[in-house]
Amino acid sequence: MIKAILIFNNHGKPRLIRFYQYFAEDMQQQIIRETFHLVSKRDDNVCNFLEGGSLIGGSDYKLIYRHYATLYFVFCVDSSESELGILDLIQVFVETLDKCFENVCELDLIFHMDKVHYILQEVVMGGMVLETNMNEIVAQVELQNRMEKSEGGLSGAPARAVSAVKNMNLPEIPRNINIGDINIKVPSLSPF
Amino acid sequence: MALKIVKGSIDRMFDKNLQDLVRGIRNHKEDEAKYISTCIDEIKQELKQDNIAVKANAVCKLTYLQMLGYDVSWAAFNIVEVMSSSKFTFKRIGYLAASQCFHEGTDVIMLTTNQIRKDLSSPNQYDTGVALTGLSCFVTPDLARDLANDIMTLMSHTKPYIRKKAVLIMYKVFLKYPESLRPAFPRLKEKLEDPDPGVQSAAVNVICELARRNPKNYLSLAPLFFKLMTSSTNNWVLIKIIKLFGALTPLEPRLGKKLIEPLTNLIHSTSAMSLLYECVNTVIAVLISLSSGMPNHSASIQLCVQKLRILIEDSDQNLKYLGLLAMSKILKTHPKSVQSHKDLILQCLDDKDESIRLRALDLLYGMVSKKNLMEIVKKLMLHVDKAEGTTYRDELLTKIIDICSQSNYQYITNFEWYISILVELTRLEGTRHGHLIASQMLDVAIRVKAIRGFAVAQMATLLDNAHLLTGNTQRNGICEVLYAAAWICGEFSEHLEDPMQTLEAMLRPKVATLPGHIQAVYVQNAAKLFATVLQKHEGETDSQAAQETSQLLIDRLPLFVQSANLEVQERASCILQLVKYIQKLQQKNVEVAEEVTALFAGELNPVAPKAQKKVPIPEGLDLDAWINEPPSESESEDEKPKAVFAKEEPKHYRSRNTEVDEKELARRREVRKQEQANNPFYIKASPSSQKVYDAPGVEHIPVVQIDLSVPLKVPGMPMSDQYLKLEEERQQKEKAERKKKEKKKKREKRGKGRKADSGPESEEDITPAQHVDIVTEEMPENALPSDDDDKDPNDPHRALDIDLDNLLSGFSSRPLADSEKLPVRTHRPEVLKSPAEDRVSESVPPETKKKSSKEKKEKKKDKEKDRKRSKEEKKKKKKHKEVEEELLESQPEEPVQSEETKEAAAPPTSTSAEEVTVPSSAVETSSAAVPESEPDEPKDTEPEDTKSSKHKKKKQKKEKEEKEKKKKKRHHHHHHHGEAGGEDSVQNGTVEEEEPLPPMSNYSVLAENSFIKMMREDAEQVYDIQGNHQDESKVVVSIIFENKSDSFLKSMEFNVLDSLNSKLQRPEGAGPHDGLTVPFQLPPGVSNEARFVFSVQSIVMPQKLKGTLTFIVKSDESSTHEKLDFKLHFTCTSYLITTPCYSDAYAKLLESGDLKGSSLRLEGINMPFHHLLARICFHHHFSVVERIDSCASMYSRSIQGHHVCLLVKTSDQTVSIDAKCDEPSLLGNVLDELKQTFSKC
Repeated sequence: MIKAILIFNNHGKPRLIRFYQYFAEDMQQQIIRETFHLVSKRDDNVCNFLEGGSLIGGSDYKLIYRHYATLYFVFCVDSSESELGILDLIQVFVETLDKCFENVCELDLIFHMDKVHYILQEVVMGGMVLETNMNEIVAQVELQNRMEKSEGGLSGAPARAVSAVKNMNLPEIPRNINIGDINIKVPSLSPF
Repeated sequence: MALKIVKGSIDRMFDKNLQDLVRGIRNHKEDEAKYISTCIDEIKQELKQDNIAVKANAVCKLTYLQMLGYDVSWAAFNIVEVMSSSKFTFKRIGYLAASQCFHEGTDVIMLTTNQIRKDLSSPNQYDTGVALTGLSCFVTPDLARDLANDIMTLMSHTKPYIRKKAVLIMYKVFLKYPESLRPAFPRLKEKLEDPDPGVQSAAVNVICELARRNPKNYLSLAPLFFKLMTSSTNNWVLIKIIKLFGALTPLEPRLGKKLIEPLTNLIHSTSAMSLLYECVNTVIAVLISLSSGMPNHSASIQLCVQKLRILIEDSDQNLKYLGLLAMSKILKTHPKSVQSHKDLILQCLDDKDESIRLRALDLLYGMVSKKNLMEIVKKLMLHVDKAEGTTYRDELLTKIIDICSQSNYQYITNFEWYISILVELTRLEGTRHGHLIASQMLDVAIRVKAIRGFAVAQMATLLDNAHLLTGNTQRNGICEVLYAAAWICGEFSEHLEDPMQTLEAMLRPKVATLPGHIQAVYVQNAAKLFATVLQKHEGETDSQAAQETSQLLIDRLPLFVQSANLEVQERASCILQLVKYIQKLQQKNVEVAEEVTALFAGELNPVAPKAQKKVPIPEGLDLDAWINEPPSESESEDEKPKAVFAKEEPKHYRSRNTEVDEKELARRREVRKQEQANNPFYIKASPSSQKVYDAPGVEHIPVVQIDLSVPLKVPGMPMSDQYLKLEEERQQKEKAERKKKEKKKKREKRGKGRKADSGPESEEDITPAQHVDIVTEEMPENALPSDDDDKDPNDPHRALDIDLDNLLSGFSSRPLADSEKLPVRTHRPEVLKSPAEDRVSESVPPETKKKSSKEKKEKKKDKEKDRKRSKEEKKKKKKHKEVEEELLESQPEEPVQSEETKEAAAPPTSTSAEEVTVPSSAVETSSAAVPESEPDEPKDTEPEDTKSSKHKKKKQKKEKEEKEKKKKKRHHHHHHHGEAGGEDSVQNGTVEEEEPLPPMSNYSVLAENSFIKMMREDAEQVYDIQGNHQDESKVVVSIIFENKSDSFLKSMEFNVLDSLNSKLQRPEGAGPHDGLTVPFQLPPGVSNEARFVFSVQSIVMPQKLKGTLTFIVKSDESSTHEKLDFKLHFTCTSYLITTPCYSDAYAKLLESGDLKGSSLRLEGINMPFHHLLARICFHHHFSVVERIDSCASMYSRSIQGHHVCLLVKTSDQTVSIDAKCDEPSLLGNVLDELKQTFSKC
């Protein structure tokens, strides 16, 4: 079972949190802080497993993480999960994000947290791995997005126009920031 | 109205959406909290509007704020509103928000039940999918109960997307509503063979999770998983299955043996590291579960260790880490194979990655032996010096101590070395583990008597150099060792060289800067030292030295009297007054030493950590009763009496105490006194500890030998390294000595004959330098040190410990009772019961069921014997098949005998439950198109019935024997597959070491043609159903259908021509001449087993039934109808059930005179007697009651309750059988059949 999936950046700012066991909000924040503290002080060339997050689980639980550019992807899992399997799963998830967002970067996750959630929901459900085939995941996400589009989306046409107007007032449009260096580079690892 | 809508949409234009919110937060870095609070106010406004799009947008923003740590539970109702929107876009937002912030305590959850149900049955698969995903995160017991049925239906949805989600969510439903497990399980199992790999993977996932917690209930699925393992190519599924097998093998060693081969193949063939690693892990689990000393598996161990070495040597840190992790598992059972890689592991200690270093340390812990302990610790000490960062250094320190102290200092040969190590460790700066070192010092000094002299000398040096330790007072962790040092010096002051100097050191003014509890110990032990000094100077004429000591104390103690610490102050003033008084006496030249020493006489023994908990509450003491009248309410709030005695235990102990009568107590007291008299460490009533040694019985005390090769006194701070050298020398010396002794022994040997051979030097031969007499810790009388229940009573998985086996197999299944059926929605909403009440009413029936299933299982064991034989035969017949195939061969569960036949005492409720079973479940299985497979693994359950204990014991014993035999057998088959089961002895629990039995077959060919072969099991399993139809019994016939052709066989129909007496049981509504569809199809070369139930009226006569099997042969070009005729022969023995009988009951039966006799003589039988008996047992379902030499009494019982007793005698090739039975015609037929059996051979 996966107990929690946390994505935060190099400064510990959460980008997505998904707990499969209930924790109150302040506890969730504490867990994020603790996990960040544990993970961030590790070099990139050490192993990706960590035991001893005291807040979640206990001895049966492990933190398995990957660090991509500015983001940490941390899975908290129990002993029924294969360590290397979860590492591959993180890779699959990130590659899927890369496909869905076309060159994913941290900003995509910041502004589209909901979409990232929807993608994650196709990979992991209720703490159990639902699908590991990337094409299948992408296909399902696409189909659901298409459905949303056919319903006119959340904001609809008028709101989009307004949003454009609102954007004009802003000094900067984040999309235009040079994001070359924070692109998540997806190394081509051996297939799972 | 229209206006309102327009107004709403204009408002909307200026609402922020999620992106705006995020942008805003990023633009307000300085006053983020303030900005967010205004946003929340806006959101609250938005939520008040009617427009669902606005609400959805607001909820979406709330989800984001929730991530930042804001509590959004106040919006729970709005979330429910958004969830119930008809638009997918909004619904998805609602469910996402709900999944992030709903939990069991959210009260609006109960409003969602109908909405979720609606979404689940939505025609749009994504509505359903979203609902399932959301539900998986916030399912509550109530939701689980109400929706279980709907989700179960979704498991058979046409879309695989929905199926896999429904299958996965079932796990959550089981957790919250355990009653749903049994009804849903068959379908879940079916999904293991779903055509869609995703669904299959989901089902594997769920069952693995279930099985991980309660593995024994899922053993029966092993064959199915085995098949999946050999056929699946999905690595994810493979990993799950292999992990599951790892959990199952400890319960079933035979499974492990089957696994080794395919797993090793996978190890060799796979390129995926994750899969390779899990394979290695499971192989390790298998090897652990197999009893040690299996030479054949050393190859597998070697393979594993070799692969792990490759992993550890890999540059990928992850692989290195996992390799070490797995290595530590091997270490537990096969330390030798790991120890050869010591170099590699020590190398890992230098790794830059801390996790890896810690793993390597863990490994070292298990790798030490008497031989290499010093060497390893030396290496670790080097690392301690090098280590940067206190955490790792502290970890090293604790590991060193752990390694040395493990299993009661088992590996320490030289305690002086160990004390030196401890002293060296005190030089570590800034460690947090001062108390750990201190407790080790205390422990060693107290428990190893021989070391006290050395320890005291070392501690005195420590005290002398205390300034080195306390130099930096901020890091006072290490000064804890002074606590130990002071205590050791005081308590064992008789060993001190110069007590005066130590006393002086302990009373230095600097001591006052130490923590209070250490000062207290200083003061107290200064007094002890004082007593020693006095005693030393007692005899002397010049009392100057003694008086000087008193003066020293009187001078220095006032410093402590002023201490802020109460403990220190109290002790100091007490002792100060005492010393003053002594000084007065000294001045009068009174001898006081004796009396002062008496203050500290007696030895302190270590007390076990759990001792206090185990102290029984004295009788008549009620801890809950008030001693004084309770104070008024307002005061008593915060005061809670601290529990001195164990809270849970009292009842237990009290009852035990009352059982013991006075006499017993007196006897125990006596025994204990005796024991104490022989225990030198026990504090006796005698006033002085010195006297103890003169007490009678001292001869029994192991005499402490101090090896003189080790210098007792080491000047200055000790260096542990020197011990390494010394140790080597010492060992060599010992070796030489031993050789001498051996020679001597050899000489003696000739005279005395048998004597233990010392053999090559093993590590056990290294004798410790000190004769270690480790004092065990004290426990109260009658208390056992064993740990009590460690299990967490709140573990949700405990509720899922549900027996599923009898649900799987066709005929023996226990149908789902009404109470177990999942609740189905009714049109009108039910009157709401309170959930608690509801739960109670539902949970009661399954409990009684469980009980009855246990009873059933127990009976199954009797049948095991038959089963095991038949299995073996099957094997032989299918030599061409792979071993694996064998395992996959589904063998239907043995049906269960009725309660009545065996046990009149069985509760009537369970019997009636059983009676209804057969017909309905038969229908159930045939409707499920998948052939039900069954385990060949025995279920090991503890017999928990209420039979007499004697009865039980015998049974257990028998089972044990049986198991052992089985083990042997399996083993045998694994290695010499082709041979016949030569050494299997199958006699009923009689003498063991007899000649091996010839193989016996249980299956006979029923009919055969070019397409198909039918084999029928002779030993039908028998049901006896009473009450439903008088005198009607049911017989189950198992038939194996084997496809011999190259074509596909399908639409098989099995039909027999019923006779008056015997009828084939057909499903309800079928005519008396309709055939039964065989519930499977046969691809070429495949065989499968089906079972058919017959009802039989009279069992006294053998029966023959004519039958036909029709089927369609389908090849590429054509398909043809074919048929095969056969004759089913029901012998009278097939109505007999192997029933154990005990000799006393047997004698009574024979005496009763109700039985009529008959006899039989067989000539020319030249087989060993036990083969003969085994044959009778096997083919005719008898059990041996008693056997004396060449004479045996046997017993069996028919399904209608007829007793059949045999007395078998043999004398040179002639066998005479005297038989008795209450039904003469049955007996006649049985004897005929017996005769036939033996005429065949």
